[in-house]
Parts: sequence; C-alpha cells; structure tokens
Amino acid sequence: MAQHQVNYASAAGLPVALTSVDKLVNWGRSNSLWPLTYGLACCAIEMMASGAARFDFDRFGTIFRASPRQADVMILAGTLSKKHAEFTRRLYDQMAEPKWVISMGSCANTGGMFNTYATVQGVDRIVPVDIYLPGCAPRPETLQYALMMLQKKIRRESANMNKNTKQRLV
Amino acid sequence: MRKYTPKDNVQGKSYYTDRFWVAPRIPREAVEEDSHFANVVSALKKYAKETYIEVGQLVVHIKPTDNISVLSLLKEKCGYSQCSELSAVDYLARDSEFEIFYQMLNITEAKRVRVVCRIKQGEAIESIVPLFKMANFAEREMFDMFGIVSNNHPYLKRILMPDDWSGHPLLKTYPLQGDEAASWYEVDKIFGKEYRDIIGPENRDPAKIDRYDTKRFSRVGYEVPFDADISDGEKENPIEYSKTLMANYQKSSKQLKERR
Amino acid sequence: MQVTNKLTPFFENLNFERSDNMMVINFGPQHPSAHGQLRLVLELDGELVTKAYPDIGYLHRGIEKMAENMTYNEFLPTTDRLDYIASTANNYAYAHAVEKLLGIEAPRRAQVIRTMLLELNRIISHLFFLATHALDVGAMSIFLYAFREREFAMDLMEDYCGARLTHSAVRIGGVPLDLPKGWLEDLEKFIDALPENIALYEGLLTENRIWKMRLEDVGVVSGKDALNWGCTGVMLRGSGVKYDIRKEEPYELYGELEFDIPVSDRCDSYGRYRLYMEEMKQSIKIIKQLIPMHGETEPQLMAHAPQYISAPKEEIMTQNYALMQHFVLVTQGMRPPVGEVYVPTESPKGELGFYIKSEGEPYAYRLKCRAPSFFHTGLLQELLVGTYIADVVTIIGSTNIVFGEVDR
Repeated sequence: MAQHQVNYASAAGLPVALTSVDKLVNWGRSNSLWPLTYGLACCAIEMMASGAARFDFDRFGTIFRASPRQADVMILAGTLSKKHAEFTRRLYDQMAEPKWVISMGSCANTGGMFNTYATVQGVDRIVPVDIYLPGCAPRPETLQYALMMLQKKIRRESANMNKNTKQRLV
Repeated sequence: MRKYTPKDNVQGKSYYTDRFWVAPRIPREAVEEDSHFANVVSALKKYAKETYIEVGQLVVHIKPTDNISVLSLLKEKCGYSQCSELSAVDYLARDSEFEIFYQMLNITEAKRVRVVCRIKQGEAIESIVPLFKMANFAEREMFDMFGIVSNNHPYLKRILMPDDWSGHPLLKTYPLQGDEAASWYEVDKIFGKEYRDIIGPENRDPAKIDRYDTKRFSRVGYEVPFDADISDGEKENPIEYSKTLMANYQKSSKQLKERR
Repeated sequence: MQVTNKLTPFFENLNFERSDNMMVINFGPQHPSAHGQLRLVLELDGELVTKAYPDIGYLHRGIEKMAENMTYNEFLPTTDRLDYIASTANNYAYAHAVEKLLGIEAPRRAQVIRTMLLELNRIISHLFFLATHALDVGAMSIFLYAFREREFAMDLMEDYCGARLTHSAVRIGGVPLDLPKGWLEDLEKFIDALPENIALYEGLLTENRIWKMRLEDVGVVSGKDALNWGCTGVMLRGSGVKYDIRKEEPYELYGELEFDIPVSDRCDSYGRYRLYMEEMKQSIKIIKQLIPMHGETEPQLMAHAPQYISAPKEEIMTQNYALMQHFVLVTQGMRPPVGEVYVPTESPKGELGFYIKSEGEPYAYRLKCRAPSFFHTGLLQELLVGTYIADVVTIIGSTNIVFGEVDR
C-alpha cells in the first residue's frame, strides 16, 4: 500500500534531503532564543545583569519571557530546592517544543556548595539539561558564552525534532 | 568492627580534641545598680530564675509557662516593643530539652534582652502571637525546624519545608544530607517511586567524575557523541576549531583608556 | 486528599471554584515580579484582596544546618548566599558576631575598609531595589539606568575581592587584603558621579505622575504594626520610627562618622522609595569621609589573636610557631569560648543579626540568622489584605525582600 502523505514531523527517515531546510529552521531557532525568566537564587541577579544595560542580552535575539508558553530556553539560574522541584518540572512541561535547558551555576549543576537535605543535587535529576554553566555565581559573560554554545548546538541539530527528543532521559 | 557513631548528635564534630583542653567561657557579668537593666531585672523579679549580662545584653532565664507574662511585662512596663528573633536550640542529646530564646529590643534605649526558657521534649509552649505578630512566622519556622508546637498559634504548619516532608531538619539527630525520604523526595513527587531506578541515587560526592559518562561530560578536544559508549576508548582525532572561533581578541577589540 | 505525585497540582486542598464571589489565585512560586521564589495564595473579591497567604521555603537550602557542620571560617562564604544582593553585609554581620564571641576587634585599617565596603554594598543593594521596583511598577528605563550605575559599583567590588556577586570580602578578625592601587581614586570617581545619576532617577520618578499614583498610599504600615511584625530597616523608618542600628548601637566606625538617618512618616511605598534614595546619598557622604581615613591608618589588616586567627602570610612563611598555629587553625578550626551572642547589624534590608551558640567546639552548636526579609514577608499577609491586585506587585517590590535570606 503506497503511502501518499509523508508525515514530515514524525517520520524518522525523511524522503528528501532537508539540509537547507535544517539550516533555515535552525537559523531561525538559534537567533531568537527566548528564555523563561526563571530566577531561582543568586545567579538570577547575574541573569538580570546580563539582560541589562552593560551586557545587553537582546543583541543575541534573547528576550526574557515571563510565560513558559512563549519560551524556548529555560535558564535555571540558582539553587533548586526540593520543594521547588515539582514546579520546575511543571514549567518545563509547559514549554513548547523545541526547548532547551541551560543549567546556570554550580547549585543547578550539582547542588554545588549546598550539599544539604533541602537541595536538589543537580537539576538533571528533574529536567534534561543541554548546557552546564560553571561558576558561583557565573559572570554575565559566561551566560552569554553559554547561550552562544547553545546556538551552536542548535545549528548542529537536525530540524526534525523527533531525532532530538528521543535522547531525552526523563 | 564498624566504627561507633553516636546517633543522638550527627552534626559536625572535631576529629581531635586535646585531653586537657577546657573550653573557656564568655564572662557573665552581674547587672549593675541603677542601670536600665537593673530596672528590667527588678520588674521581672517574680519570674526570673537567673539574670546576667553576656556580651552587653541582659539574659533572663524563666520558666516556659511564664513566657507570655514575662514578655508582656517587658513590652508594657520596660518598653521592649519589638521582638527581633525567636527560635530554639536543640539540647535533646544532653538534657532532653529544647532551649527557646526570645530576643527583645527596646527602641528608645537601644537595649536588648534575651529571654531564655527550656522545655522538655514533647512539651508545647504558649504562642506569643497575641503580643508580637512577628512570632506568626517565627514560631511556624520553629515548628518546622524542631517540631516544637506553639499552643494557640493561628496557623501552625510547616513553613520552609514542604507539607509532606518527614522529619525536622534542625534537630541534631537529622543528618545534614537528609534521610532516606529526603533523598528521594523530588523523584517520588514528580515521577513516582518507580522512577527511582531510572534516575538513580543522588551523588553526594562533589569530587566524583565518571570518565566514561558521555551524557554529562564531554572530553575537551575530542568529539564524543552524546550518550556514546566509550568504555573501550574513543576515537583519537581531535576537533579542529574553526578560524572564526579562534579570533584574535587583542587585535579586533577596542580597549578603553579609562572608564566612561 | 489529592494524590500529589505524577505532576498533579498540589494546592493544599484550596478550592478554586467556589460558590461565593471569591476567587483564589496562586501567585508564584515563579513569578517575574515576586523577587525570587515567593508564592502567594490570594483570595480575591473582584479586584480586592481579602486574604493573602505568603508561602515561602522554595529557596530553603539549609544554611543554618550547614553552620552546625562547618568550622567558623568555612561557613563564611556560605553567608554570601543569604542576601546575595549585598553579600558583604552578610559576611560582615557573621564575622562581627564571631568576633564578639571571641572578644576581638579588627584593626583600624580593616575597619575603614569594611565600612567602605558595607556602604558600597548598601549603594549596590539600593540601586538594585530601585531597578527591580521600578521594573515591577512599569518603568523599564530606570531598570537599565540603575543597572548601569550598579555595574560600576560591582567593578569596584570586583577590583577589591575578585567576585561580582559573592564577595567573601570580610574575614573573621579583619579583611584579607588591603585596597588595590588606584582603588580609592576609582571609588572617588564613582562617588562623584553618583549624585548626578541619583538626581536623574529622582527626576524621572519622584514627581512622575504615574509613579506617584502607583506608590502613594499603597502598602501603608503604621509604626506600631511595623514594630509588632518585626520590621526593621527602611520598613521601620518608613513608618516614622527612627531606629538605625548604625546610629543607635554603633559598630565599626559608624560612631565616628557623620551621617543622618532619614525618616519618613508617610508609611507608604512612596515614602520608602524616598528613603532608599536618601540613604544612598548618606552612603555617599559616609564613603567621602572614609576615603581620607584609609591613609591615616596602620597597615595591619587582621586582628592579633593567635589562638583564633592565623598570623599574616609573611610570618607563617618565616616563623615556625606561626606556621603551627596556622596548621591547627586550618585543619581543626578555631575554638571560641562557650557562650552565646546575638549581634545585630544594619544590612541594606534591615536588621541582620546572627545568634551564635558556642559549646567550645570548632563547630557552632546553633547558628540562627535573623534575616530582615523573613519578617517583612510575614508582614505581607496583613499588608496585602484590602489592597487591589494591581498593587500587590508594588507592595512586594517596596518591602525589598530577597529570598536567599527569607528561606536560608
């Protein structure tokens, strides 16, 4: 039985080479990364600083959005406590695909200096993380660099989201 | 033989203490005559078990049942209009008691008094919310952290920890890194218990690095695909960095002589 | 009871659909203008707030527990993360409390540097307050302007201690480093330029019609209520109670310096905004007096107390006994005398006090951080009742709470 309609979004092997489409789509995605204003702790201040006058995040096409529905990137800036973890996961689930996560600062990466009962030991237990950003607190330059690395990563990805989402752990 | 570790106090301990070492004590001064504190002491004469001055602040030991009457005396007669802090200290291991302190401030005289009382384990203390509303949060925190119940508190429930948390974190018996329930708390809550195996236990060793972990680490200078198995060695061909990435910042960027 | 796993929402069994006209809304814990992780459950009658429950603890990191498991010097960098907008104020409050416990005093040069850093941090914190408060109320340009100035102050902090946010610039018994070359000139330049910029902010805001409409008579706290709820700092002085720990219980060099304590009896957000601006001007005045004092002092930076504090590096490298002391202090930690202290300091947010109970061990038996924001958050449950939903954000901004120290 011949298949008349190709399901571009879900078919794993596509019938035509889509390299140019990939490039175009990824160009669009990588240059308008809208992060969710997800300030958790100290790193949030540096995240705000990178959005402000001196570091000027807007030139990357990065505009902070207050709603997860409008955001592409979740910048987890700061310590994630166990009480907050479920909300993080819920906000992550509310974000539309394609979505990426930047874990900013040692606390978000591994729990950092807060090796205590109340801290999630690394946000990768909760959400899949694309870029880990070291430092306590990382400087705004570091966040800019992380965003540039994320852009690089997106440009390398296939625009077909199924290929990317399959690898997500949780 | 396993090393014996006491269970009643699992907090940080000195690994070596000299046999003959005796800790000195901060001197406790007697209250001077005709000072402001002397007036306070005479006003509280009926209730005070012990009074002395430690580091410039009057410390008054009272019975736990007198806390409302002492604090209202301080507030109305002695001008201590603010309670700055209230909390407890865990002496369960030594005396099976909690020590509760109320830190009072007199705005006009700029003087501070600490009212201290001790309650037995399992006892409750009368809430001071009718006198000082700041106790609303402070007593909830005390309940959350120590499990000390304040009677007649308007809304006594956990404040810092989630409602379904088990244990009271600031007790000396509670380990710093949490108990079994704490370590799985977020996994159980979000994904359910059956996901414990998939996500795995917490890594509490900050120095741990898994060399073959290609999910969380990538080797510098080598391109390793995400989640690839490299336990038998990876391909030994370094990445070539593009020319644009290795820009000469000395040449291309402008250096300002002074700050503008 | 709800099943609370598998991503089902858990709202403490609040009933969102009710038969009366009330509506329950959930604000936070992740809201862009909640100043961190504040969660408010508000019950609304139309636009009027009839009940408010602040729910905190979303940034609880167990800092007080960590204090019981760390030696006194180890714990100092953790205090950075309490009020992360003005880290040095926390470092100082902690170091000062431990110094009181040990009965030592920092040498004069260290005091000059500490006071300078404290006031610089006050400026940083107040600029941050202005930026975020204005952003919440809707004045975006103030955010950009205030952050511009703040970056210069952060550069000064960075020149001194190497970190932008988490300074750890104060040690128990003094400061680790002298001021770098040319730092005082940079500081003077910054201080000289700041009044102009403050005038710019005031020109944009103080008489601005929208700003006044949003702030005047919003969040009214009477002086009696402020005392009752444990408010300190600007929240207290904004209600007409003149109490500043720098003036009333002077520590460091504040006893010798000349500065005024601005007080407002308006009791509303606008009065508090004016106080923050005035305090910045007073900080400038204090720093101006401190700059010539630095040159007049002896170069000693750490207090001399060999039992508790390591000798200077030159002595450690040359003298055997100093090296032994240093080794013991690093590996085992200092052992303060048995006793308890409560030491209040005036942080930019209010009264930041540390209660330390020592049992003569290298680990504190109990450390309680009296955070001003914690009690300001408690006040919200009464302050928000009777206001409009649009004013909630103004009031939260005006209380200037930072969740690092609310939840600890």
